[in-house]
Amino acid sequence: MTGSVVQLTYIVATALFVFALHWMNHPKTARRGVFSGVAAMLLAVVATWIQPVVVHHGWIILAIIAGFVVGVPLSLVPLTAVPQRTALSHAFGGLAAGLVGTAKYYLWYGEGGGELSPFRMTAIVAEILLGYLTFTGSLMAAGKLQEVKWIPQRPVTYRGQNVMNIGLLLVAAAIGLWLIINPTDVLAPKMFPVVIGLALLFGVLLVIPIGGADMPTVISILNSYAGLSAVAMGFVLDNKLLITAGALDGSSGLILSIIMCRAMNRSFTNVLFGAFGQVQQAKQLEPGKVYKPETIEGAAQVLEQANQVVIVPGYGMAVAQAQHKVRELYDQLKKRGITVKFAIHPVAGRMPGHMNVLLAEADIPYTDLVEMSDINPDMPQCDVALVVGANDVVNPVARYDKTSPIYGMPIIDADKAKTVYAIKRSTRPGFAGIDNELYFSDRTWMLFGDAKKVIGDLVKQLTDTGGIH
Amino acid sequence: MARRLITGLGAPLLAGAMLMALPAVAAAQEAAPATHAEQPFDYWSMVFVFLLATFIGIGVIRRVSRLLHTPLMSITNAISAIAVVGSIIVTGSDYPKEIRLMGAVALFASMTNIVSGFLITDRMLKMFKTKREADQQ
Repeated sequence: MTGSVVQLTYIVATALFVFALHWMNHPKTARRGVFSGVAAMLLAVVATWIQPVVVHHGWIILAIIAGFVVGVPLSLVPLTAVPQRTALSHAFGGLAAGLVGTAKYYLWYGEGGGELSPFRMTAIVAEILLGYLTFTGSLMAAGKLQEVKWIPQRPVTYRGQNVMNIGLLLVAAAIGLWLIINPTDVLAPKMFPVVIGLALLFGVLLVIPIGGADMPTVISILNSYAGLSAVAMGFVLDNKLLITAGALDGSSGLILSIIMCRAMNRSFTNVLFGAFGQVQQAKQLEPGKVYKPETIEGAAQVLEQANQVVIVPGYGMAVAQAQHKVRELYDQLKKRGITVKFAIHPVAGRMPGHMNVLLAEADIPYTDLVEMSDINPDMPQCDVALVVGANDVVNPVARYDKTSPIYGMPIIDADKAKTVYAIKRSTRPGFAGIDNELYFSDRTWMLFGDAKKVIGDLVKQLTDTGGIH
Repeated sequence: MARRLITGLGAPLLAGAMLMALPAVAAAQEAAPATHAEQPFDYWSMVFVFLLATFIGIGVIRRVSRLLHTPLMSITNAISAIAVVGSIIVTGSDYPKEIRLMGAVALFASMTNIVSGFLITDRMLKMFKTKREADQQ
């Protein structure tokens, strides 16, 4: 009887999860998606808890309370820290899958191994490999994003890195295969931790060579792995709810990874094993090229005369926490009847959609956040393009220079605007040390300084002259 | 280049291959008449469910607004914390203590993801406003 009730509840929960994701297709309905997801989760937890096999309740209650104690503060982080939080939650997801797989293996081994069919063993090995590598890989990614001191921010590469990584993975897979064939061998319980150790190590080594600009892709891939490890858990536990929910997460990570890779014109392989940071000295500042600095007053004047302004935000805006100042600038320009749009590159920031969330936080209507492919045709009509902390995503080199590491990457056509202002912290080249051709274009003027301060000054200038109209 | 390609595909392919190998293993299982399985354990239907759920996931998620990719990631994160279901069973069943302890840690990790995942998704989604909604504030 309970069995049927549980299965029925699981089916309802599955449907609610699908609806939750379906409602994410528009900001208007998206919050409904959250309620649907919460309802589904609640149903699943209750239905599982009331099963007769669950006889001890103390630890369950304790773990749930602990989950709330840690989870609530984690949900209140500043939005600039959302990429780290996301990476951390992938780590938790991987850990949970890994632990359940481990627990189940030792449980069934202790019971004589009758339950350890080759099918189950395969699922267990897949679960612990994916789970534990996601755990350490995501922790590394979170550490890099949080800029933890003892984790190197720059990509770490060495000779034979790929050979070593693949070797490690092969060894883990070989031991895994042996375990699948001999799950009840006397040695098996000793080999099992070896696989865990190798998976943990592989996770670290996988993320070490990856730099900041590749984080959106890596986070998406880890998202997919976390989902797949839940799927594997579903296979182990013969639980279709786990399989469906995990598959939804896995496919979401997959799609986001593909979008991110396309937006950089790179393959998965290239992101994970290409070590982007290595091609640094590809282009040095050519002699004769000089930046043309502009004053705040001058820029403010040109902005005031414009009909159409496009703001191109990048990771620099997040670092400087400049989104609220950007909103003030937006208000000032809007007040003068100027059309202001934001051009959002898919990989701007450190995770998919990062810029949208930051700008939404600053109360900028989402109707003014425009995707790259939709805004590019309008760029030639744009009077001023204001680049705020974006670099590679507006670099025209991507269109023609085959030697450039970013060649072929689709970019926002900021260079086609009549005037370009670029806010830049210093004269140093940006990520990967690639010179940005845009900065040396005839139409480009530089505003040097911290993004927040420069925009603040622009706003002040515009407020002061606000009366003269 | 070729070596890179092979290396690069390693991790995802291996994981994929493991899951893809399941049907084959299931077939082998069926061929060798059940020595262990006391209750019928329906491998094929699980693989079916996985395949179909992946297609549904791809279909639904392709339509998600690009504006919402960050909240999408946090909500799918919370959803995949459905691992809580497995953790509850491991923690609450009449198993040896060490095993239940692992379950409890897994339960804590999943619960953290559920709580923080749904809360932060909602917090972010509340911020997305149209022109009129933003002006009303």
